[in-house]
Amino acid sequence: MKKLKFYIRSFLLWELFQGLGVTGKYFFKRKMTLMYPRQKAPKSPRFRGLHALRRYPNGEERCIACKLCEAVCPALAITIESAPRADGTRRTTRYDIDLFKCIYCGFCEESCPVDSIVETNIAEFHFENRGEQIINKEKLLEIGDKYEKQIAKDRAADAPYR
Amino acid sequence: MDLELIKTIGWILVKIVAIIVPVILTIVYLMYFERKVIGFMQARVGPNRVGYRGLLQPWADGIKLLFKEVLVPSSSNKYLFIVAPMITMAAAMAAWAVVPFGTGLVLANINAGVLYILAVMSLGVYGVIIAGWASNSKYAFLGALRCSAQMISYEIAMGFALVGVLMAAGSLNLTEIVMAQQGGFWHWYWIPLLPLFVVHWVSSVAETNRAPFDIAEGESEIVAGFHVEYSGMAFAVFFLAEYANMILLALLAAIFYMGGWLSPFEGIPYLGQWFAFVPGPIWLILKTCLFLFLYLWFRATFPRFRYDQVMRLGWKVYIPVTLVWIVVVALLVQFKIGPWFS
Repeated sequence: MKKLKFYIRSFLLWELFQGLGVTGKYFFKRKMTLMYPRQKAPKSPRFRGLHALRRYPNGEERCIACKLCEAVCPALAITIESAPRADGTRRTTRYDIDLFKCIYCGFCEESCPVDSIVETNIAEFHFENRGEQIINKEKLLEIGDKYEKQIAKDRAADAPYR
Repeated sequence: MDLELIKTIGWILVKIVAIIVPVILTIVYLMYFERKVIGFMQARVGPNRVGYRGLLQPWADGIKLLFKEVLVPSSSNKYLFIVAPMITMAAAMAAWAVVPFGTGLVLANINAGVLYILAVMSLGVYGVIIAGWASNSKYAFLGALRCSAQMISYEIAMGFALVGVLMAAGSLNLTEIVMAQQGGFWHWYWIPLLPLFVVHWVSSVAETNRAPFDIAEGESEIVAGFHVEYSGMAFAVFFLAEYANMILLALLAAIFYMGGWLSPFEGIPYLGQWFAFVPGPIWLILKTCLFLFLYLWFRATFPRFRYDQVMRLGWKVYIPVTLVWIVVVALLVQFKIGPWFS
């Protein structure tokens, strides 16, 4: 009996029609394509993209050269050298991030005691020459200055969950 | 040469152009619609960058292929390598000669039209075999072997399915086959010949090596089958031939089983009169489009058959089914049963 049922079903192409039904339904469904450069998917405030070094509102750089980020970096992408500044505070003389080594894990940001090194939500960046992927302190501070508003907004949005 | 002869030849050439140009345009846009339809069924939008809604996409692809180099592998048989796509294309185009588009709208109204079409379609497989052999590549050769085995098996099932049509219509002439189905859609052969219709249609899909019967190409197993080594325009010609065959077989399915250019509302009160002004070729085109859409729908739905399953389906299922139904049709015709054979 079971065998007979199987034969009848396979001769009526029952399962094939079911399959056609599924694709037929999808033909009229909403399309999920994102027209990328025009439309962009919303980003989480926790998005980990390009790095930046932040400053305090008075213009003083936050980084105190504790080298926690360098220590925690699993990809060894961060290189820091430090020295006392003229006013006696300890500051970095060199802060390089190799963006090819970086795995964008966000550990540097988590380890930072003064919220200096952060990962912004910038995902679209590129390099045009060899060596440009190593971004130094000036560039990092520049990115921080340029996108400070967005960075502060993202941190504020995420603050209640930290 | 006398003027009459030149006139006749010129008139035939005009007719050929009038068939070939629309066919090629249909091929071009069939490629576009294939990508669109499959995209839609996968919740994507398909090509939409080139021109309005991507309508110029096939032309962009064509121009790209034209400008690419036609690579000839160093250890291939160069002559056959170049000739193979031409054979496929010639066979795919030659079959259009006997296809009627309306009452009297046919290039060559020969009485053995069905035989001619079967013969020319079988010739197409030579192009594939030669392409596979001349490339001197393992994958191409495997693809050609599979393709020839598959085409031969399904040609039989298709031939038997057509025997049913021939018995029902009592003619090998395509125009007469359509005329025998006159009198509304319930007079068309798809009802009395339903199993043959299904077998014929599935065999058509298999004949053109389309998914789910695209074992000759089998991207995942044998890279691209018989046309791995082809590039540029030589590849494009294979592509065009495949699509020309698709359109031809969709058209033939419409002619054999769906009443060709006959209006589906024929014989229905009011509706029949309302739609009487629509010229026959429009109905034929609509029916062909339906079958072409089925081709694309199948490709978006079904995974590829395994090679032995394809063979099993062809030899152990379709041939017995068609043989049984030929007997049934013979009885129907002999005893003049139903609205079809009275």
